[in-house]
Amino acid sequence: MFSTQARTSAKAPLHKGLSGTPRPGPVEIAPGVHWVGALDPTLRTFDIILSTANGTTYNSYAIRGSKGLAVIDTVKQELAGEFFERLEAIGSYDEIRVIALNHLEPDHSGALPELMRRAPGAKLYISTRAGSMLKALLKPKEGDRPFEFIRVTTGDEIDLGGRTLRFLHTPFLHWPDTQCTYLVEEQVLFSGDVFGSHYCDTRLFNDQVGDFRFSFEYYYAHIMRPFKRHVMDALQLIEPLALRTVAPAHGPILRDRPRRYVTHYRELSTSSLIDEIDRSGTSLAVFYMSAYGSTARMAEAVCAGAEERGGVRVSLYDLEGGEIEPFVDLIEEADALAFGSPTINGDAVKPIWDLLSSLAVVNLKGKVGAAFGSYGWSGEAVRMIEDRMRGLKMQIPVKGLRVKLIPTEDELEECRAFGRQLAGALLGEKREAGVIEFADLV
Amino acid sequence: MAKAKITFEDIEQTVNVPAGTRVIEISEKIGAGIIYGCREGDCGTCMMHVTDGWNNLTEPSVLEEKVLRENMASRHDRLACQAQILGDCKVKPA
Repeated sequence: MFSTQARTSAKAPLHKGLSGTPRPGPVEIAPGVHWVGALDPTLRTFDIILSTANGTTYNSYAIRGSKGLAVIDTVKQELAGEFFERLEAIGSYDEIRVIALNHLEPDHSGALPELMRRAPGAKLYISTRAGSMLKALLKPKEGDRPFEFIRVTTGDEIDLGGRTLRFLHTPFLHWPDTQCTYLVEEQVLFSGDVFGSHYCDTRLFNDQVGDFRFSFEYYYAHIMRPFKRHVMDALQLIEPLALRTVAPAHGPILRDRPRRYVTHYRELSTSSLIDEIDRSGTSLAVFYMSAYGSTARMAEAVCAGAEERGGVRVSLYDLEGGEIEPFVDLIEEADALAFGSPTINGDAVKPIWDLLSSLAVVNLKGKVGAAFGSYGWSGEAVRMIEDRMRGLKMQIPVKGLRVKLIPTEDELEECRAFGRQLAGALLGEKREAGVIEFADLV
Repeated sequence: MAKAKITFEDIEQTVNVPAGTRVIEISEKIGAGIIYGCREGDCGTCMMHVTDGWNNLTEPSVLEEKVLRENMASRHDRLACQAQILGDCKVKPA
């Protein structure tokens, strides 16, 4: 049976993260659509990397149609108890016909095996990319029914009896498997992690919870930012929808002017001050560290060479005088990156690694990369930086350049040639066609 | 040892290789634009398009076929970390 709590349940006491605080029951977010998720108010770190000052919620939803119930997403395994409690207040397990998972990460699929056990009449619907992940995530116990699932994609619909669930294929937000589910009649978008926040507040709705704007933006910056291109693709599907409510898998339910959040995602995914850099131009950002000025002189010569080639906007940054975060922003926007580091004790210097290990929040795939540096006797830094850039899915079209100790005028000319070559590769200039012996490749 | 030629069309470079060499062993060294992720045939990042000599690469394994399918590969796409060169062929990033 339906809960009568509806919006009034939002008057439940504010969850301050203290144990023993009263918990809300299921909360109606649209006629016949209930939030049945779980609250995790004391969580302070999510997925190792995210700080969660306000904890988080794992939002799961139950939709009633004349043919039965649909459940959208589940919760973290440890909190399955409160999820099942809320779900049981809505209906019985044998009424569940549909379980749709918008995202298989354990915080949303944790209670799935138990739900499948309790709801034998339910069919599982996941995205076309989710099959292999499902098998790897859920290790069925002996005697469990095999995980049969139906793959769905954009345009696929389920008729729940007067209720239509329509799927949107929105991969890589932020895993390959992600999708959104749209309840046509009520104009509710169950968006998975998209439009989510790690922010736990029992008042649940965006017009009633505390100020969660920082959580919304922080979540975007750490979860969605590397996938901006995919966000833009997803927005093509989401923006045309009539939206009364956006119901994400974490944090407040966006019922008050939900479209603002959709618009804000587009803003966050669009480069700022893009016109400052010539739109038709191509940019190269060169970062360096230098102990005695040798790598600095190389960096200047590399820049001069790239400038000579023309058609590339070149910027030079001394890592010693900057902080990581703005450099990450610069790197995200640049078309090509060159890193200069001396070799000290057989390694590139720490500020280079600090920067290169801070790039998981941006997408570097396909950018052109290059490395150079002065060295004393072994000169490992350049190759190590190249390997790191390959690991970041960058292309290294020009082999790195090393100079032993102080560069001579001839060596500085080599640096300029390196810059010219790099600019050429960036502009799509091809090397002279040729045939090379495998043994000659180094 | 039998030799074969592989041409990376994006950079217009050809390499003479011993038959059986994997594409991954060559493309990074020569600076071709194929990009790698897991390097073991699971992620699909290194998908390349074979423009000529499709039959001169080893047959894709069942696992590679599955990864190609999941990544919506078009006809004559392969994973560069898996495909071994048996005869002359031409490739470019997918």
